[in-house]
Amino acid sequence: MDRRSFVLAGSGATFLSLDWRRALAAGLPSGAIESGVLEALPGKAPLIKRSYRPPNYETPVDLFDSAITPNRAFFVRWHLANIPNVDAASWRLKVGGAAAATPAEYSLDELKRGFENVEVTAVCQCSGSRRGLSDPHVPGVEWGYGAVGNARWKGVRLRDVLNKAGVKKEAIEIAFDGADRGVLPATPDFQKSIPTWKALDENTLLAWEMNGEPLPHLNGAPLRVIVPGWTATYWMKMLTSIEALDKPLNTFWMNTAYRVPKGKFAFADRFLTQESDASTPITEMVVNSIITNIQDGQKIAVGQDADVRGIAWDGGYGIRSVDVSADGGRNWTAAELGPDLGRYSFRTWRYAFRPAKPGDYPVMARATNRQGSTQTAELIFNPPGYHNNVMQRIVLVAA
Amino acid sequence: MNARYLLCAAAVATAAIAFAQEAKFELKPGPGRDLVMGNCAVCHSLDYIQGNSPFMTRQVWDAEVTKMIKAYGAPVPAESVPAIVDYLTANYGVATPAK
Repeated sequence: MDRRSFVLAGSGATFLSLDWRRALAAGLPSGAIESGVLEALPGKAPLIKRSYRPPNYETPVDLFDSAITPNRAFFVRWHLANIPNVDAASWRLKVGGAAAATPAEYSLDELKRGFENVEVTAVCQCSGSRRGLSDPHVPGVEWGYGAVGNARWKGVRLRDVLNKAGVKKEAIEIAFDGADRGVLPATPDFQKSIPTWKALDENTLLAWEMNGEPLPHLNGAPLRVIVPGWTATYWMKMLTSIEALDKPLNTFWMNTAYRVPKGKFAFADRFLTQESDASTPITEMVVNSIITNIQDGQKIAVGQDADVRGIAWDGGYGIRSVDVSADGGRNWTAAELGPDLGRYSFRTWRYAFRPAKPGDYPVMARATNRQGSTQTAELIFNPPGYHNNVMQRIVLVAA
Repeated sequence: MNARYLLCAAAVATAAIAFAQEAKFELKPGPGRDLVMGNCAVCHSLDYIQGNSPFMTRQVWDAEVTKMIKAYGAPVPAESVPAIVDYLTANYGVATPAK
């Protein structure tokens, strides 16, 4: 989120300088700034509200100052407003579908005891995170930077559960349904599918624990799907049903929503059974970073080290480097990377520079992954507002 | 129409919290506001409109309302659509796209 615009808009002053208009135009729509109040949902720190019902709340950027995002700071995103309180003891997971030979049903306890428990540290990022920063603006939830988080997810491998269900070779997709529903019967239920090969990846989990605690209600208790490297649309919350399908899942949420123009973005993971002539489902996250500890216009001291910190992540290849510039992109230096918590995790980084004279120091960060993919200087525009990984530019002022 | 009556008994602790808070936001006064509140608040809080402003032309607001009806099944009477789109454009839209 563009903090300076937020501060200026909230002050009630009528700044008409070119800088203010440019900063605002480069940031969120003004309605999103007005709407983006800090509110604390039950069990959560104050987060930036994008909508009350269904709840869509994002993490303020200064809460990203560590590799792991605490549960209380983790963003909240729901499509549909009918979100039941699930009783974990009576909750059941149904596993079946046309391409499953031996359907089964599990309680949470049976799932935990029936399969090997494993843990993966993985970034969960809304496909539309940063949509609010699209230029030109596009309709949708007008997220800033904070619809993303990193956690240690503990659960069982989806692969192990599918093998027990006797997934047949005809199974082309594995579909998920959760307990949330629209208010009206006519609203399509939120269901998603992933290719069978992705479902059988050893890192794709059914998780009940997040950072050592049971999943919070607002993050999908009692069980959710974890699809490391892929955007969060597939990470079905309040999971109630898994189906092995012998034909592509046919629903608004796959056919129309969550698709990107074909050929616009370079990625390896393609969802072939859901492709059309013009578009393809969003899959891997693009390499990205967030500068977490400084704000636009912040004052620093000439002759003293200025500390810049942040996080970086990508679609699961791992971060190779984060380069930082303090002169608007003319010169770049490699930042020091923090501990490697695995290729699906946030990677922290830090960079210090000493401003020699007074003036503006435009700080930029550029993450590169192990495939050599890097962030963009200009937005790759698409109408749904996905895959925004434009390099940030935050101006520090030395005096 | 009061959306509260539509929610089933088993669900709604999360929605109950939302209802209590969303009353903090009120749409701008103007012709058509009641139609918007009556039709749109059934499924979601009205701050979705506020967040999506002010950058959408009449054409884009019309497409959004059409999407609510066609994709999400909103039972908006056809004769109400022009007044709803008029209100959204006048109060939360722009005449021409931003440069």
